[in-house]
Amino acid sequence: MAIEVRDVNKSFGTTPVLRDVSIDVESGSLTALLGPSGGGKSTLLRVIAGLEQPDTGTVRISGVDATRLAPQRRNVGFVFQHYAAFKHLTVFRNVAFGLEIRKRPKDEIRKRVMELLELVHLEQMADRYPSQLSGGQRQRMALARALAVEPEVLLLDEPFGALDAQVRKELRTWLRRLHDEVHVTTVFVTHDQEEAIEVADTIVVLADGEVEQVGSPAEVYDNPANPFVMRFLGPVTEIGGSLVRPHDIEISTEPVEGGTSATVSRVVRLGFEVRVELQVEGRDAWVQVTRGFADQLALTSGDVVSVRPAPGARSLVLATV
Amino acid sequence: MAKYGLRTIAVLYLFFLLVLPVGLIIWRTFGDGLGPFVEALTSASAVHAFQVTLTVALWAVAANTVFGVGTAVLLVRHRFPGKRLLNALIDLPMAVSPVVVGLALILVYGRFAPVGGLLESWGVQVIFSTPGMVLATVFVALPLVVRAVVPVLEELGDDQEQAAHTLGASRLQAFIRITLPGIRWALAYGVVLCLARSLGEYGAVAVVSGRLVDQTQTLTLFVEERFQNFDQPAAFAAATALALIAVITLLLTKLLRPKG
Repeated sequence: MAIEVRDVNKSFGTTPVLRDVSIDVESGSLTALLGPSGGGKSTLLRVIAGLEQPDTGTVRISGVDATRLAPQRRNVGFVFQHYAAFKHLTVFRNVAFGLEIRKRPKDEIRKRVMELLELVHLEQMADRYPSQLSGGQRQRMALARALAVEPEVLLLDEPFGALDAQVRKELRTWLRRLHDEVHVTTVFVTHDQEEAIEVADTIVVLADGEVEQVGSPAEVYDNPANPFVMRFLGPVTEIGGSLVRPHDIEISTEPVEGGTSATVSRVVRLGFEVRVELQVEGRDAWVQVTRGFADQLALTSGDVVSVRPAPGARSLVLATV
Repeated sequence: MAKYGLRTIAVLYLFFLLVLPVGLIIWRTFGDGLGPFVEALTSASAVHAFQVTLTVALWAVAANTVFGVGTAVLLVRHRFPGKRLLNALIDLPMAVSPVVVGLALILVYGRFAPVGGLLESWGVQVIFSTPGMVLATVFVALPLVVRAVVPVLEELGDDQEQAAHTLGASRLQAFIRITLPGIRWALAYGVVLCLARSLGEYGAVAVVSGRLVDQTQTLTLFVEERFQNFDQPAAFAAATALALIAVITLLLTKLLRPKG
C-alpha cells in the first residue's frame, strides 16, 4: 500500500471534520476523494500531506509511519486548487525549486526540468512568469513542479476547480494519460462525480467526515452503498418507493407486470436523449429514454403509461418515513 | 463656482501651512548663494550631527526591520494567546507622545534606575548616549514596518509557503526563498518610511540624548540648538538638508508603493 490512513479524527474547534476515517491507496493507482463541499475530503488530503495534523489516528506512506512527520520529510507532491505558483520565479525556476532545495547539480536540474516541461507541454514557456500563463498552464506547471522531486505519492486538491469547463475537460483526459505514463500513486480531491468517474481507478466517497463507500467507478455507480452515494454519483428518480437511475426505467403504453401507473406531465427533447417527466402516485419522477424510443411511443403530456425498473437494474428501497 | 471656491480654499490652506514656511526656509538658506549653505553644513558640529543621525537611524531601521518582519509573520501566520494584545501594543507608539517615550526610557534605563544601573555597572551607558537614542527612535518608528508588511502578507496567503514545504523546504528556506521575495516591495516601503521617521525624530531623542553638542546631537537637535543661538544660516541649512532628505524618501515611497 502506498498510503494507509487509519482511524483518523480531526476537528476544527468543536466541528468534527474527519470521523474515524480509514482508507488504503494502492501503489500506482489513481484515486479520487469524492464528496460534497465541507465533507472533509480536502482536509483528509492535507492530513496525508502533513499540512494538517490529525487529532487521533495514523498515516503511513510507503509503509513508514508519517503521522508526526513534517510535510517536507514526507516526499509527497502536492498540487493546490489555486496553483500556489511562486509568482516571483520563472516557470523553469518554479519546477526546479524542489531540486534546488535538494542541492542537485545544475546540469541534472536543467535536464530534469526540461523533461518535465516537455511532459506538461510547457517547454516554450520556461522563461515566462506565472502571471503570463493561463490557468490551465499554471496548473500544469504546478503539476510538473510537484513531479520534479519524484514524490512517492502525488496529491491534488481540486486541481481543476478554478478552471473553466472546457479547460477542465481537457486537463482531466490529460491527467489520466499522464498517470498512465508516469504511474505515480495519485490521489485527487473533487466534488464533480463525472470527473471522478472519468479519471479515477478507485473512488472514495466522503460525506460529513465519514467514508461512505470505496470502490471502482462502476461499483460505486452501479452498486451504491446507500441512497446518499446513489444520489451523489448520478441522476436518480423515485418510483414505487425505490431510488432508480432514470435510464434504468422501462416505460410502456400498455400496463405491464410489476409496473406502476404514471401520467406524463411533460416531454423534453435534449438532443440525443429525451426526458419524460411523470407523475407517479402524486410524486414527480422522470425517465430518460433515447430519441428513437420516444418517437416510437409518441408520448404527449396527459398520456397514462406504465413504468418499472429495468430487469437487472440496481435500485435502492427507501425507508418509509 | 463652488468647485473653484473649494479649490481656492485648499490651495490657500496648503500655501500658508506648507508652501510658505518651507519655501521661506529654502529662500533663506540659499539667499546668499550656495557658499554659506555648504559652509554651514561642513562645520565640525554639523558633520558630527549628520554622523550621529545616520548611526542612530541605521541601527533603528535595522532593529525595526527584523522586529517588524518577525512580528508581521507572527501576527498573520500564527495563532496564539495574546495575539490581539500584541496587535494593539504595536500601534501604541503612534498614540504616545515622543516626549513621554523619552521620559519612560529614562525611568527604566537612567543611571539611577535598576536596569540602567545594572547596565552601567557592565560599562554600558544607555541614557545620554547612542544606545538610548537608538532605543527611543526604535520605539517611535516601531509600527511602520509591521503595518506595511502585514496586509501584503495576508494577501499573499500561505499556499506558496505550503507548496515550498511539500517540495522539501524547511521553514527558514521557505521564508527566505518564498515569503521574503513576496513581501519585498512592502518591506522596502516600510523600511523607507521607518528611515524617514528615524531621521526626523526630535522629541524622544531630545529627552534621552541630553542634547550634548558634538556628542549626542542629531541633525534635528542641531537645527534647534543653532536657531536658539541665533546662528540662523546653520539652522536653515540643516533644516533644508532634512527637508531634502524627506523629499527624497517621499519620492522613494511613491516609487515603491504601486508594486506593494
